[in-house]
Amino acid sequence: MFEQLYNAIFIGSIYALFAVGFALVFSVLDILNLAHPTVFMLGAFAALFAIATLGLPWWLAVPIAFVATGLFGILLDRIAFAPLRRRGAPPLSAMISSLAVTLAVVRVVELRYGGDFITFPAGTVPSFLIHVGGATLEGVRLAIIGLSIALMLVLTYLVRGTALGREIRALAENPRAARILGIDVERAIAATFFISSGLGGLAGVLLAFAYNSLDSRMGLPLELRAFTVMVVGGMGSLPGAVIGAYLLGLGEVASLVYLPAELRDAFAFGLLFLVLIARPQGLLGQRPADRI
Amino acid sequence: MDAIADFLATYSTTFAIVGINALLALSVWLTLYAGQLTLGNAAFMAIGAYTSALLGRHLGAPFPLALAAGAVAAAALAAPLGLTVFRLRGVYLAIATLAFGEVVRVILLATPITGRGQGLNGIPPKTELWHIYLSLAVVAYVLWRVQGSIAGRAWAAIREDEVAAASQGIAVRRYKLAAFVLGALLAAWAGGLSAHVTFSIDPNDFAFTKAVQILVFAVVGGIPNVLGPVLGATVFTALPELLRPFKDYRDIFQGAILLAVIIYLPRGIVTLAELRKTRRLAEIGAADVA
Amino acid sequence: MLLETRQLSRTFGGVHAVDRVDLAVAAGQAFGLIGPNGAGKTTLINLISGHLRADGGSVLLDGATVTRLAPHELTARGIARTFQGVRLFKGLTVFDNVLVGRHARLRSDVVRRLVPRRSRADPDRERAMGLLERVGLRRRAGALAGELAYGDQRRLEIARALASEPRVLILDEPAAGMNPSESGRLRELMRALVAEGITIVLIEHDVGLVMGTCERVAVLNFGRKIAEGSPAEVRASAAVREAYLGAEDVA
Repeated sequence: MFEQLYNAIFIGSIYALFAVGFALVFSVLDILNLAHPTVFMLGAFAALFAIATLGLPWWLAVPIAFVATGLFGILLDRIAFAPLRRRGAPPLSAMISSLAVTLAVVRVVELRYGGDFITFPAGTVPSFLIHVGGATLEGVRLAIIGLSIALMLVLTYLVRGTALGREIRALAENPRAARILGIDVERAIAATFFISSGLGGLAGVLLAFAYNSLDSRMGLPLELRAFTVMVVGGMGSLPGAVIGAYLLGLGEVASLVYLPAELRDAFAFGLLFLVLIARPQGLLGQRPADRI
Repeated sequence: MDAIADFLATYSTTFAIVGINALLALSVWLTLYAGQLTLGNAAFMAIGAYTSALLGRHLGAPFPLALAAGAVAAAALAAPLGLTVFRLRGVYLAIATLAFGEVVRVILLATPITGRGQGLNGIPPKTELWHIYLSLAVVAYVLWRVQGSIAGRAWAAIREDEVAAASQGIAVRRYKLAAFVLGALLAAWAGGLSAHVTFSIDPNDFAFTKAVQILVFAVVGGIPNVLGPVLGATVFTALPELLRPFKDYRDIFQGAILLAVIIYLPRGIVTLAELRKTRRLAEIGAADVA
Repeated sequence: MLLETRQLSRTFGGVHAVDRVDLAVAAGQAFGLIGPNGAGKTTLINLISGHLRADGGSVLLDGATVTRLAPHELTARGIARTFQGVRLFKGLTVFDNVLVGRHARLRSDVVRRLVPRRSRADPDRERAMGLLERVGLRRRAGALAGELAYGDQRRLEIARALASEPRVLILDEPAAGMNPSESGRLRELMRALVAEGITIVLIEHDVGLVMGTCERVAVLNFGRKIAEGSPAEVRASAAVREAYLGAEDVA
């Protein structure tokens, strides 16, 4: 029981890191960035590259992956979203352009690493066990939980307490007004993408470390989970995304106890569907009044 | 003559898939034309595929009847679903229909009669090429005529502005629902046809990726008229075949083409012929599909 | 009375946007609705046209209660409207906009269209062209609605509303953004429509236009009706002077 709770919090932390970035981009730009799972995968492979090819230790690979995916996020915006933004294209277009990037990038990774599961070179990934009472727990997961919570606190401070955060919030509120107020909109958008993708990539590294396994399609299961987390928490609400992520983690682990393995996904999507029908604004979201 | 027969024999599966994909693209075109971004058509396709295959296997139902039953089953499910989700708009609607698709997939994964994760194997290859292309011809003709009708104009009006459309006397919910249910019917018909081409189906054939693929056919081809989705499906199904020599780089090309179309031809490749009008539409901010 | 509201009310988060308003518009009348910004004029007509649900009170058309009807049902019963800030189908042609406006009066042609025939004279198309002629947009019939100049868009919106053959035409600030000669022509058009028996409810910021066009005027302030009467009576009302004091001159 205790072990299951521990795993639920662990997987919830990964979901939270992933979904918070997804929600950040949605709240600022109204974009569903379907390339976010690809960024997640890229984070894991960036770490693999740093460790296996450059021979760096894992504790250097983590920040390298963060920065690399963050920069990729900025590039993604320049290629897939900025041209559409200039035209004032609807959200659907951005979904499709991010999908196009996904298609190409996944293939590029496969050209280098193939499409199968791979592991980090032996002994390069931290692994230790801790004993709490009668239970044996994987220590790396505890570190990941701690790191995730710390990062979420940093993000909260960044968004609420800094000048950059104010600019990003102003942009989310009203892009035209933000421009008039003299905010460098493109710079704020670049920062948003850096943070969002950096966190997404980090989630990828951490999950790959925890399972010592990565593959070119590892982001796919997270796509629909990110939707669930965001809808449950309230579209574009960052605290909502965090709460939604832990709720989903708990629900999934609990449903594994009662449901057959094939139905593992049922919980996430059933929950998503129910929330959309019963409370489309989510737990913390506000429903924009339909104005005429 | 023999050369043509050989050609057809060699590529008959490709031709079949092109036609089926064109039908699927038209099924999502219906809702897109009315301004609704739905991603449930892969699930309706699954319902058509499983229903027709199971009816044929267990009850020995004649092929056309099995296909029709699959289509009706999907439509019967689409009606209450549409009534529930059409309170949602834009991305919410897309996500809700996507969630519905996943729920269907998970149910298929868990149900013994649908073969769980293994799916159904040994489905008899009853689909002939002419079944597919006759369906496509009929559907494309009907949709083309409907597009210019009062109903077609009403759909376009809803796409442009729902509130104003209601004020013109258009029963917005009813029209949206009609597009959704007809789309489901069509997707299920295509699903039934495809199950009897591919011999086997399993739940993962109808996952998120498939839903998105169908959407891509329609959007890349273009929404302005029925030719667009057909063109989009043809190009994007044939492209992998054409790019076979560059197999390793195929997805990269496809991604690049998709990106280029969405950025430079926002109304789809079908508008290459009328770039001037597209530019005029772009200037007034009405160039895009949804 | 052709159109009535009785104690019609609507609140938004505790604020009374429309507060127990009684209106009575006689058939064939031009009825003006004025008031300072945020007085509840647009909310009131959204309640009448079915785009908003009332919290209390009722709307009557020709003596029948229509409070709970949806916008499209009200259009079918003869209420047409334009929108503050114009809501055209921008990507459709000018001509198609008017044809869509006729939706409530058309019967489905899907089945008929499946069998192609040589086109016959279509009275609905002719009527749509006639309406464009009337608002001076005939030559732009093939243009996209979004390409029109703002004043033209306003007139197209009126033509679209007229296409449904309304008994009551509600115009929400039709003169906004028009130059004096355009608003002069708008006044002529409204007079002609009233002469044809169409009842007009005019919401306007341009008090002069209202006073010069309408036989009867109601004034809203903070969601309440504070005065009603002939233009002269309204102009003389102390409550109206107070409501507009410092905002605009009632003249």
